[in-house]
Amino acid sequence: METNLLFEFTVNKPEKTVHITREFDADLPLVWDAFTKKELLDQWVAPKPWTARTKYMNFEVGGRRFYAMVSPEGMEKWSVQEYTSITPKTNFKMYNTFADAEENKEMPGSAWDYVFTEQNGVTKVSITIFNDSLSRMEKMIEMGFEQGFKMSIDHLDNLLSTLSQK
Amino acid sequence: MRRDIFQAIADPTRRAIIALIAVQAMTPNAIAEHFDSTRQAVSKHLKILIECELIKQEPQGREIYYSLEVEKMKEIDEWLLQFRAIWEKSFNQLDGLLAVMKTQTEK
Repeated sequence: METNLLFEFTVNKPEKTVHITREFDADLPLVWDAFTKKELLDQWVAPKPWTARTKYMNFEVGGRRFYAMVSPEGMEKWSVQEYTSITPKTNFKMYNTFADAEENKEMPGSAWDYVFTEQNGVTKVSITIFNDSLSRMEKMIEMGFEQGFKMSIDHLDNLLSTLSQK
Repeated sequence: MRRDIFQAIADPTRRAIIALIAVQAMTPNAIAEHFDSTRQAVSKHLKILIECELIKQEPQGREIYYSLEVEKMKEIDEWLLQFRAIWEKSFNQLDGLLAVMKTQTEK
């Protein structure tokens, strides 16, 4: 399903900010649900072979999502998201912190701002991630690196299985 | 022993040193003044950063100045590409999910 949907990813180190913009070929209510309902989030947020497991999620201002990214070996990386502002089908903001399995937060965290807009059946999601410190940003990226590494291994597996079928 | 850059920046003091000398080249004494730890401890961190080739020494007169190895720091930027790739993959998964959701709502 290759498309020419917009995907922008920029990192502003001096401002400790990451900007991500992506278009989706779906109406806004569907995309909104995919970002705000735990049973849908768990189906896509973790890059395979990682999986996402949401323990609970109260999508309301002051509410929380407590979830883990689970590695193929079963290692759990927990995080807490606290919703600070919600404007249905338009915008939500949250504060994300890494945590342990007992829901103890590791400060500092990062502030996330999601903006949803729709035009001609294509929904654009703009995400701004602001980190309280540069080291927090590095940690976030480091975790991504770890998952990226697993992803590469996964690609290698696929490649090898394709080759072995010949 | 050749160390890798990820080990180098795993330590908060070393990250702080990198951030300091990214702005301007500094002498070991000037760097040490920014930390509560001993001169020796700071020297040890500088040694590791040099071994990883993240920083370099340059003599200026009687002093030695430490500055950033810009090329090596670019390797760290590769992380960012990894990070981008993660999002790309998750979003592609979401494309698939949305396609399924669409067919369900049309029923």
